[in-house]
Amino acid sequence: MTTPDNSGDVRLSGISKTYDNGFTAVQPLDLTVPQGSFFALLGASGCGKTTTLRMIAGLEEPSSGTVRLGDQDVTHLPPYKRPVNTVFQSYALFPHLDIFENVAFGLRRRGIKSVKKQVEEMLELVQLGEQARKKPHQLSGGQQQRVAVARALINHPKVLLLDEPLGALDLKLRRQMQLELKRIQTEVGITFVHVTHDQEEAMTMADTVAVMNAGRVEQLGSPSDLYENPQTTFVANFLGTSNLIEAEVDTKNGDDIVLKAGGGKLVLPEARCSAPTTAGGKVLVGIRPEKISLTHADDAGEIPAGRNRLTGRIADASFIGVSTQYVIDSPVCDELSVYVQNVERDGRLVPGAEVVLHWSPAHTFGLDAAQDIDAGTEEEAAA
Amino acid sequence: MPFVTWLKRRLVVIAGLLTLAYLLLPNVIVTVFSFNKPKGRFNYEWQQFSLDAWKQPCGVADMCGSLSISLQIAVWATIGATLLGTMIAFALVRYRFRARGAVNSLIFLPMAMPEVVMAASLLTLFLNMGAQLGFLTILIAHIMFCLSFVVTAVKARVMSMDPRLEEAARDLYAGPVQTFLRVTLPIAAPGIAAGALLSFALSFDDFIITNFNAGSTVTFPMFVWGSAQRGTPVQINVIGTAMFLVAVLFVLTSMVISNRRNKQKA
Repeated sequence: MTTPDNSGDVRLSGISKTYDNGFTAVQPLDLTVPQGSFFALLGASGCGKTTTLRMIAGLEEPSSGTVRLGDQDVTHLPPYKRPVNTVFQSYALFPHLDIFENVAFGLRRRGIKSVKKQVEEMLELVQLGEQARKKPHQLSGGQQQRVAVARALINHPKVLLLDEPLGALDLKLRRQMQLELKRIQTEVGITFVHVTHDQEEAMTMADTVAVMNAGRVEQLGSPSDLYENPQTTFVANFLGTSNLIEAEVDTKNGDDIVLKAGGGKLVLPEARCSAPTTAGGKVLVGIRPEKISLTHADDAGEIPAGRNRLTGRIADASFIGVSTQYVIDSPVCDELSVYVQNVERDGRLVPGAEVVLHWSPAHTFGLDAAQDIDAGTEEEAAA
Repeated sequence: MPFVTWLKRRLVVIAGLLTLAYLLLPNVIVTVFSFNKPKGRFNYEWQQFSLDAWKQPCGVADMCGSLSISLQIAVWATIGATLLGTMIAFALVRYRFRARGAVNSLIFLPMAMPEVVMAASLLTLFLNMGAQLGFLTILIAHIMFCLSFVVTAVKARVMSMDPRLEEAARDLYAGPVQTFLRVTLPIAAPGIAAGALLSFALSFDDFIITNFNAGSTVTFPMFVWGSAQRGTPVQINVIGTAMFLVAVLFVLTSMVISNRRNKQKA
């Protein structure tokens, strides 16, 4: 039996960062990133994700706790002694050195004399062989980004840290680089820790996502797990869009909880509720917009039994190609969003129409009503 | 109106040429009169072409001695001011310390202070300290007034430098010394070079502060001033022209080198 190689594990135990001015960027946090995984730290700006990354890199000294790489405690090692490399936001390529020397920098500092072959191979990998003698400012944003990746990867780090590496690229290039980075990660098998504020980017690329908010990890899991089973309103709102409806616990029925919302009843599987459910207590009922079906009020009788339903009136409808996004005002909740695929469109579903919203109880999730219902929404982020 | 159209199209060029002429005419006069053979002791009127002065640049008593002193002072002042000024600039940009704002403004004071006032005050200071006036007092004074210029030039450069570059270097296995030598210094170099060149030029032709604090030492500007009372030897123009040529050569060489480098890369 061979012991699995865990030298690329990143283990943070109880690390926190409080700056001299008293601001706490990261609350004590524990995090384990397994060897070879693509791990994303996701959160809005100022949530502490970059500070966490910088503590792994050694560019920031933790106020408490330890950073371990595999079995080695690196908490007090300076960055140049850690087997970790970083792809910086805005790349930080050395402007006075050409592309070749930028990529060779790490090798040369470690006293490796014959760097030519390795650098050329690395530049081929990122398709920049032709540009070796150019200066960074002569390259496009996408090319600079690839130089930054090559400059870090050539050192065969145990862990590659990426700090918003795609933030400066336009949308199309960003999508392309996401796939490219994912391909490189699969190829080299190095642990990647990726910091981003773009939830779509995190979900596309990462095996595991940690959603951070105000210096804490709100929830950790696979992208689909986070999306389907958010544990907090912040996660529910920050990853995609959620409709959150305030409801009161009525009774329990086997594995399901029956809730009162407005005049009607909603069913929620108990396993999908992260809040305490005592009778009479408040719960936030969550449902993703694409899980809801719309039926015109005249056809309400055709809706199968056993589905959760709400009545409402269409306030707004916007056609966006693959789907139509409706905003619906309901007596229990204003501005519910519903995304309907554009297959067999019902011509009566126009603003002002009375409709019934219905969905399978299995898609419902329950959250603690004591939280801020708007946490993690875009309006809140903009404020 | 063809002439007006012609003028309109070339207005920028004409204005540029006139400004250049305004800048360079004095240099041309200096050069032309270095080939003059004046009748009296004053080199103010063109008489006839001669290479006499160029053949014997040190033909005037004490002139080359004063030139040598000026060059030595300029070199040492440049080294001193550049070293200290660069360190001050880094400290001001990189570190937050008490009275940083005050230091930042105080650095500009020597530039704003009327030179003659500073010269007189420095003399008072040196006399009170019982210092022997001469080479050393001149050097101290020169480093002092060059400092502000170096700090200003280097500070601008260091401020525009992305701190992530140094973090990237540290991340790529460069220790503090390597980071400074391989990344910080090369990137700050143009600012440091600008400060050094400015220091050299300022120190070499400073007259007022030097005159107050020189004691019996005579620098080149002081020599020229002194001789102007009794007559201006043509050799002064020769030295002026030579300095001008050295500067032009310096600029041309650096341009050729950087052009070649760019061509190799392309």
